[in-house]
Amino acid sequence: MPVYNLMVNGKSLSVEAESDTPLLWVLRDELNLVGTKFGCGIGQCGACTVHIDGTATRSCLLQISSLEEAKITTIEGLSEDGTHPVQVAWKEHDVPQCGYCQAGQIMTAASFLNSNAAPSQSEIRDAMSGNLCRCASYNRIEKAVADAAEKIA
Amino acid sequence: MKKQTKTTFSRRGFIRTSALAGGGMLIGFNFLTACKDEVKPPVDIANLNFNDFNAYIKIADNGYVTIFSPNPEIGQGVKTSMPMIVAEELDVPWEHVHVEQAGLDTDNYRGQVAGGSQSIRQNWDVLRQTGATAKQMLVNAAAAKWQIDASEVSAKNGIITSKSGKTLGYGDVVKEAAALEVPENVPLKEPKHFKIIGNDALNVDLDKIVTGKPLFGLDYKKDGMHIASVMRPPSFGQTLKDFDDTESRKITGVTDVFQFGDKIAVLAKNTWSAVKGKKALKANWEDNALESTEKHDELLLGLLNSSEGDVRREDGDVDKAFAEADQIIDRIYESPFLPHNCMEPMNFYADVTSEKVQLAGPIQTPEGTANRVANLLDLAPEEIEVELTRMGGGFGRRLYGDFALEAAEISSKAGKPIKLVYSREDDMNAGIFRPAIKYRISASLKDGKVTGYKLKEAAINSNMYGLIPNFFPAGAIPNLKIESANYKSNITTGAWRAPYTNFLAFAEQSFFDEVAEALNQDAVQLRLDLLDNVDEGADDRIQYSASRMKEVIKLAAEKGDWNNTPDGIYKGFSAYYSHNTHVAEVAEISIQNGMPKVERVTAAVDCGIVINPTGANNQVVGGVLDGIGHAMYGDFTFEAGKPSASNFDTYRLIRMNETPKVAVHFIDSEIAPTGLGEPGLPPAGGAVANAIKAATGKRLLKQPFTKYLAETESEVKG
Repeated sequence: MPVYNLMVNGKSLSVEAESDTPLLWVLRDELNLVGTKFGCGIGQCGACTVHIDGTATRSCLLQISSLEEAKITTIEGLSEDGTHPVQVAWKEHDVPQCGYCQAGQIMTAASFLNSNAAPSQSEIRDAMSGNLCRCASYNRIEKAVADAAEKIA
Repeated sequence: MKKQTKTTFSRRGFIRTSALAGGGMLIGFNFLTACKDEVKPPVDIANLNFNDFNAYIKIADNGYVTIFSPNPEIGQGVKTSMPMIVAEELDVPWEHVHVEQAGLDTDNYRGQVAGGSQSIRQNWDVLRQTGATAKQMLVNAAAAKWQIDASEVSAKNGIITSKSGKTLGYGDVVKEAAALEVPENVPLKEPKHFKIIGNDALNVDLDKIVTGKPLFGLDYKKDGMHIASVMRPPSFGQTLKDFDDTESRKITGVTDVFQFGDKIAVLAKNTWSAVKGKKALKANWEDNALESTEKHDELLLGLLNSSEGDVRREDGDVDKAFAEADQIIDRIYESPFLPHNCMEPMNFYADVTSEKVQLAGPIQTPEGTANRVANLLDLAPEEIEVELTRMGGGFGRRLYGDFALEAAEISSKAGKPIKLVYSREDDMNAGIFRPAIKYRISASLKDGKVTGYKLKEAAINSNMYGLIPNFFPAGAIPNLKIESANYKSNITTGAWRAPYTNFLAFAEQSFFDEVAEALNQDAVQLRLDLLDNVDEGADDRIQYSASRMKEVIKLAAEKGDWNNTPDGIYKGFSAYYSHNTHVAEVAEISIQNGMPKVERVTAAVDCGIVINPTGANNQVVGGVLDGIGHAMYGDFTFEAGKPSASNFDTYRLIRMNETPKVAVHFIDSEIAPTGLGEPGLPPAGGAVANAIKAATGKRLLKQPFTKYLAETESEVKG
């Protein structure tokens, strides 16, 4: 099996995996980073969202062989201790119900706020619409993203 | 043998305490049951096996409290709210409380279930009494130490104080307290003195959730574990003819492939290999009885229009009322099947060896599932150990342990520890759906009043459970008949968030909107007038309280500004009692590009005492949005036994840009609390449908609304 050198959460790691293995399963099965969730496997739900060079990307569709040069950030590496403004806003708003989709929601929000520091409400709603939440905690996610934007600003 | 009366707890059996070897005090208690007299508490917290009690509190020497929360957590918040109740009566600062998920007690437990919004309602008294009893023991221990009467000692916020002003921390007397007799008839706090209950407590797993710590079943790992994926018949009504696993076995990482029943298991060293191994299988299926939605529609409509069915409730003389009516309204409402679509796909860990069976994972019914696994493997239930993980949603799907049974069977056959992982396609298509249901509802109107009401349910596989025929409008209309009939399908069905009422409420609340229109009456006033007819307490089968229902209706109408509608906004009203909780909702919509857009929902809720306002609000808002999403978009049909959708590209769940703002108002109450996981959902579809009628003139009789509106697009635009 081929060996890949990856940069995950600021650390260089080498991983043995089949070349077509999605990043999602490398993270979860090989690197023990299970914060990134499996939801649909086809890039429709957003539960597996990570940052590739700072941009929110679906890790279920990303083959490991394409990532040797990339800077990969997962929910575990978004901040040292859960103090990224988006994580803080999530806690202040007590957003999660079951909590399963929230890592993906947070990663989408953090990347979005990097590219748009002062979003309008409709920009937030559009940006977050790629992430499903069956508990429908959407109202709180929306408020938490708006609050996080203010914290960053 | 001593006989126990129905109304009293045998406190001796229900609470036990013990000093811990490592310091501190352990309190074990049983939910619901007075239980056996011979139960003994374990002596070492590290070796808790949960065989004797189903819940524990540990008070450490430093006064910090660990509460082992017994009920499965599926996102309904009981892992936070149940310990809050204990902490309230124990009277410790909430910041000093640490919560752990307890495992399963297969011996004594009668209620370690997440379902039916019952966790809080069923355990309210027990949780309070346990906390209060422990507090009293600490007080008694301090009194003994000071050599004064316990009546001169009080406790508050983890501090015990004597009348003369001496103080001790809980931790200072736990050792002595653990050795005392368990006191009886301990007084409980008056609700007005609550300090924890009624104040926001953040989700106890919040930090772990937002930092991505392992919590869920899919995160569960054990050394030597293989991943199993399973190929099932693609259509209901198919059986496995034969299969070729040559290509599958060539996939790197695949370790085994075998048949069990009509399914094929692929084992692999990691998830991706298991996925690929399954994809490489070539299977041939035998077609048996393949069913379709078209056929179901015919059969269910046939049942509605036939005399077949069981009478579930009958009051007065409906035939006479209909014969004498000035006007009769007669409608049929139709719903599709629905998959649950928990965001965490089904999965379960199993390690079956000749010595033991270890199961771990997300399950709403640990006890029932352990029993079924024991039965499958021909073992005694106590040989099955079940560890509970947090669940990425339940919605009823995880009441059914089918995936745990599959995991146990695969592990048993493979002789290895395995984790079964469903793909999204497996999850959406493996079965146990909300059954497709149709209702025929008719009412007789005479002299401006509703004189008769007939409702017939025709459902796939099973019918509304026993209490539902006694929900509104039973008791409010003198002549009433509720009937049900079903067609047994090979498509598997089961409970789905607010079973039956998730659609029944839409049907009835749409129907009453139409009745109000026919009587030229305001929709809110009609409901209040009907509720005025209820002679409360006269019929103990009636489940709802007319007075509590009227209060939520008035509150929703007030907060939703029912009597004032701005330009371009259309409002719809709905009120429904389910799972012991009364809810009323006002939906506001606008029309954008010819289609309805839900702008805002105002909900009024009476669930008795609100334990955790932030969690309670989250449940109701989520329930409303979930209800709107499924009413608007949820579509799931069958052709030749095959489901119409298998992933989120073809199955539409509500997304943020489609959600309204939901405002929730709770009735201020000192009545014992009821559940909130489900009751917010049922009224939502009706409120939106009635608002759409106000906007377009179009009565929606089928879900999902988007499909029904598209089919009748010209009428909507007109």
